[in-house]
Amino acid sequence: MAAPQARFTVPRPPVKRVVMSPTDSDRRPDPDVLLARVRDEETRARRGRLKVFFGATAGVGKSYAMLEAARRQKADGVDVVIGYVELHGRPETEALLDGLEILPPMPLEHRGIALTEFDLDAALARRPALLIVDELAHSNHPGARHPKRWQDVEELVAAGIDVYTTVNVQHLESLHDVVAQITGVDVRETVPDRVFSAADEVELIDLPPDELLDRLAEGKVYVPDKARHAAQNFFRKGNLIALRQLALRATADRVDAAMREYRERHAISATWAANERILVCVGPDPLSMRLVRSAARMASATHAQWLAVYVETPKLVRLPQAARDRILQTLRVAGELGAETANLSGESVAATLIDFAKTRNVSRIIVGKPLRPRWRDRFDVSLVDELIRQSGTIDIYVISGEAGQESPAPPRIPKRSSRWPNYLLALAVVAVATGVSTLMSGRFERTNVVMVYLLGTVLVAARFGRGPSVLAAILSVCLFDFLFVPPQYSFGVSDTQYVITFAVMLTAALLISHLAALGKRQASVARQRERRAAELYALSRELARRRTIDELAKFLVRHVLSSIDGEAAVLLPDAEGKIQDPEHFTDRGSPRAASSAVRYPVPGNDLGIAQWAYDHRKKAGLHTDTLASATAMFLPLNALKRCIGVLGLRPTDPRQLQIPEQLGLVEALINQAAVAMERVQLAEAAQEADVQVASEKLRNVLLSAISHDFRTPLATIIGSASTLRDSDAALGAERRRALLDTLLHEAERMNRLVGNLLDLSRLSEGRIELRRDWVAIDELIGAVLARLHGVLDGHPVTLALPPEPPLVPGDEVMLEQVLSNLLENAARHTPKGTAIEISARAGSDALEVGVRDHGPGFATGEETRLFEKFHQARPESAQSGFGLGLAICKAIVEAHDGTISARNAPGGGAEFRFTLPLKAPA
Amino acid sequence: MSEPRTTLLLIEDDPQIQRFLSTALDAHGYTLAVAGTGEEGLKAAATRQPDILIVDLGLPDISGLDVIRRAREWYARPILVLSARDKETDKVAALDLGADDYLTKPFGIGELLARLRVAERHLAARSGAPGDAKVRIGDVTVDLSAHRVQRNGADIHLTPIEYQLLTTLARHRGKVLTHRQLLREIWGAAHVESPQYLRIYMRALRQKIEADPARPRWLLTEVGVGYRLADDLASANTTI
Repeated sequence: MAAPQARFTVPRPPVKRVVMSPTDSDRRPDPDVLLARVRDEETRARRGRLKVFFGATAGVGKSYAMLEAARRQKADGVDVVIGYVELHGRPETEALLDGLEILPPMPLEHRGIALTEFDLDAALARRPALLIVDELAHSNHPGARHPKRWQDVEELVAAGIDVYTTVNVQHLESLHDVVAQITGVDVRETVPDRVFSAADEVELIDLPPDELLDRLAEGKVYVPDKARHAAQNFFRKGNLIALRQLALRATADRVDAAMREYRERHAISATWAANERILVCVGPDPLSMRLVRSAARMASATHAQWLAVYVETPKLVRLPQAARDRILQTLRVAGELGAETANLSGESVAATLIDFAKTRNVSRIIVGKPLRPRWRDRFDVSLVDELIRQSGTIDIYVISGEAGQESPAPPRIPKRSSRWPNYLLALAVVAVATGVSTLMSGRFERTNVVMVYLLGTVLVAARFGRGPSVLAAILSVCLFDFLFVPPQYSFGVSDTQYVITFAVMLTAALLISHLAALGKRQASVARQRERRAAELYALSRELARRRTIDELAKFLVRHVLSSIDGEAAVLLPDAEGKIQDPEHFTDRGSPRAASSAVRYPVPGNDLGIAQWAYDHRKKAGLHTDTLASATAMFLPLNALKRCIGVLGLRPTDPRQLQIPEQLGLVEALINQAAVAMERVQLAEAAQEADVQVASEKLRNVLLSAISHDFRTPLATIIGSASTLRDSDAALGAERRRALLDTLLHEAERMNRLVGNLLDLSRLSEGRIELRRDWVAIDELIGAVLARLHGVLDGHPVTLALPPEPPLVPGDEVMLEQVLSNLLENAARHTPKGTAIEISARAGSDALEVGVRDHGPGFATGEETRLFEKFHQARPESAQSGFGLGLAICKAIVEAHDGTISARNAPGGGAEFRFTLPLKAPA
Repeated sequence: MSEPRTTLLLIEDDPQIQRFLSTALDAHGYTLAVAGTGEEGLKAAATRQPDILIVDLGLPDISGLDVIRRAREWYARPILVLSARDKETDKVAALDLGADDYLTKPFGIGELLARLRVAERHLAARSGAPGDAKVRIGDVTVDLSAHRVQRNGADIHLTPIEYQLLTTLARHRGKVLTHRQLLREIWGAAHVESPQYLRIYMRALRQKIEADPARPRWLLTEVGVGYRLADDLASANTTI
């Protein structure tokens, strides 16, 4: 085929419009924007590149051009694979496939028909450098992972694979309406504009309409039979010209966008547009879809941000499911077209809308032109009028329904549940009123009798609603007329005054019932809001209390299931990021723990869906764009920095998850829980780091202990022992004795070191367990002095004890250690010959014990640091232990609920005091 | 001396300690057999019937406590326990199971020999030799037959419980008695969980017996375990 096409290759405009915070009113390149661009470029570097071959209609040669490009790449040595190509029986195109690797399509079966589909998983597994996937707008058959092919392509690109694809202008979402208007053909398969504008490269394949028609006639586009049909409908010359124009314009827009991006990148700020923000209000009527598309076009023309909102009033809560689905669908389309969407609720659509518009700094509001009989305008203010009245500086755009297109009547709001009991009660009230009136008649004026009926009617209006109150009013009027107004027992009225009575009664009934209903509705809306706020508040408070991921997960599941009937589980990834079967799952509020050996298996390939949701940080499964045929929805627990896991939710009735407020609540719960879980994870990580620092320190101390503190005595022992063995004869008795003394002394020193190491392990366990008993401190001091006989040699010890010190509750062995550590400490840090004083004094609720030496004391400011682990007064001292003695004392005394302190005594020397409570803890 | 050498059985798995004790005890006139595991030790004890059993609490097969429990079913002679430091509960358990005394590792040979001498004396007492009617505790004399306690000929007045406490310790002189054993002996089985009485009476007893009650020479505290009346080593040496 000759290539008469003109090709315009356009670089890629921004992946998405630079996100600006809503309060930003000017467009100077602020740091956030620049950061976003850097991030943008980083993600683009990891992502594959998407190239779109873009055309006005089928038959312009997109597939041909794409395959040619693919062949060129292949010739350059690129790993090219054909993922899927639509041949339409065109031999020229088919010839181009020759020599290219083709991915086998995935067989699918739908309602007994065998189908084939592009195999996404095979493509991801094959991982070519460049993949060819025709027809971006194609809708996948049920059973594929995504409903749309463009979603497959997005995943491929995200996985780092370059993709070539084709698309026609009529498939662009925002142009859908325009194309439909021009051609009269409603295109069902659409591609969101953002996918198109996110493409790294767009190549326009342009073919003049006449040539296209020639090719059609030659049978190069469709097989001849189909071609004739096509020529009569879609391929009219007028259509082709219009479509070509649209395609050229779309391409030109990209050029424009590219230039704008260049300007922003290079800080050329002169022509930056004013910041527009457009709000479109959608409702249940089909016109809304048009509104959304118009808004999208307007937003893209003015480079504005735009929002699509749905205002739910109490009346609309009762909409039928189909209408609600349509609203959700409209909002989803709006989201795909780049809008921010919101669900608002309020009593009045106009007021809520204006409120929201003002808080979000909206400059234009788009609403639909109401389709309704003119007479209603006289009685009821339309939404448009109300909006215009309240809008202030905001522009209101009113879009009309299409001429000639019959807009289906707005859906009727169904009546609420049967009210027959209310009508019966109304009858009863009227009957009572009649009874009372009969008793009164004759004795009271008729005007008073009518008051009884009025009272009854008012009661009915206030309690039972409009219908019953009207019934009550009419019945009351009739009965009053029949029974009490002359002529009696006939409906005739002699006095026209009574007509006024009737009218007043009817009006009062209507008015009061309306007011009562309004009041009730407002109360119920307020209650609902209050409930939701309370729920979220309670939730965040509860979440803050949970300390482990597991607790948080159970809590989340319980809360989700309190509003949705079904089963749920939190699925967490293992260390490698593979989602695991849950340890617990909960079915309608009754938690079932899976046995520890067998985790509750998630049915079918749902675990795979959960994995997908986790990997892509997007929801998947039921009611989503990804694997919608699943019976459960999988929502990722996205925290600020990472995805914590996935919530699997299988509702008993799948429609529960389509209700926006339900899903909104679930998502709010999930967000809060995810943040709480991240907090827990971070706290755990921080704690781990702390523990690591501590254990690192411990390791160092141990290493130095083993290398120095142990080797020194060992060296002496080995030296002395070997001397004794090898040169026994040469040694005199005196020298032998000296060596033996050294041996013994050094061995005892090692024994002390081992004792210290044991203490270290006791301390690092973190908790001291006491075996409480009654301890006589005098006895304990005596025992310690006996045990430390050798250590205290050369230090006269004086005792100042009361004659009968009270017994204290405590652990004798532990307290002995406190005393001996303090005494050893005193002996070690003071010169020989200096005295050590031990004192005890009983207070009213505690016993105080003091150990005082007459050495140099310690440096001021050391008072508290002395009790820290590994603190050593003189680090290089050969006599050193591990600096643990006092830390152990502190830990033991505090385990006894006592206190310990150190000070330099007034007369010189260090003094340590500790107290022990006299009463055992309760 | 002409009397037969005392036979010992050491149940201990560490070869270095085995060697050290074999050498040292042989030099001091004891005949020592060694068993490396608890089961082996029990078998050897049954066949050899040693005079004194020395059991290490940390054995490779069964715990030393089990060895004591099972040995006590048929073995009535002294059992000496070797244990690691800061295992006071194990020591108390061993004593309550019927062990006679304990030694904390590491220990010097002198300590072991002292314990063995005490054990030998109790062995002699058990085999029918009449005990001394008089016990000398420093300058204090306890006349068991006359129920009289004197210091340098002057009477010391003891309450009945103090007297009982002193004589109980004296009967097992040199051995450690756990709080529980003392409480049971003096107050009866119902009071074994009330050691505070014991501390008060011990304090009172020290005031009367010891020259410096704050640094007792005779009535010794074994922290976390119990009490011991110190053996009068000088007199022990002279009597043998």
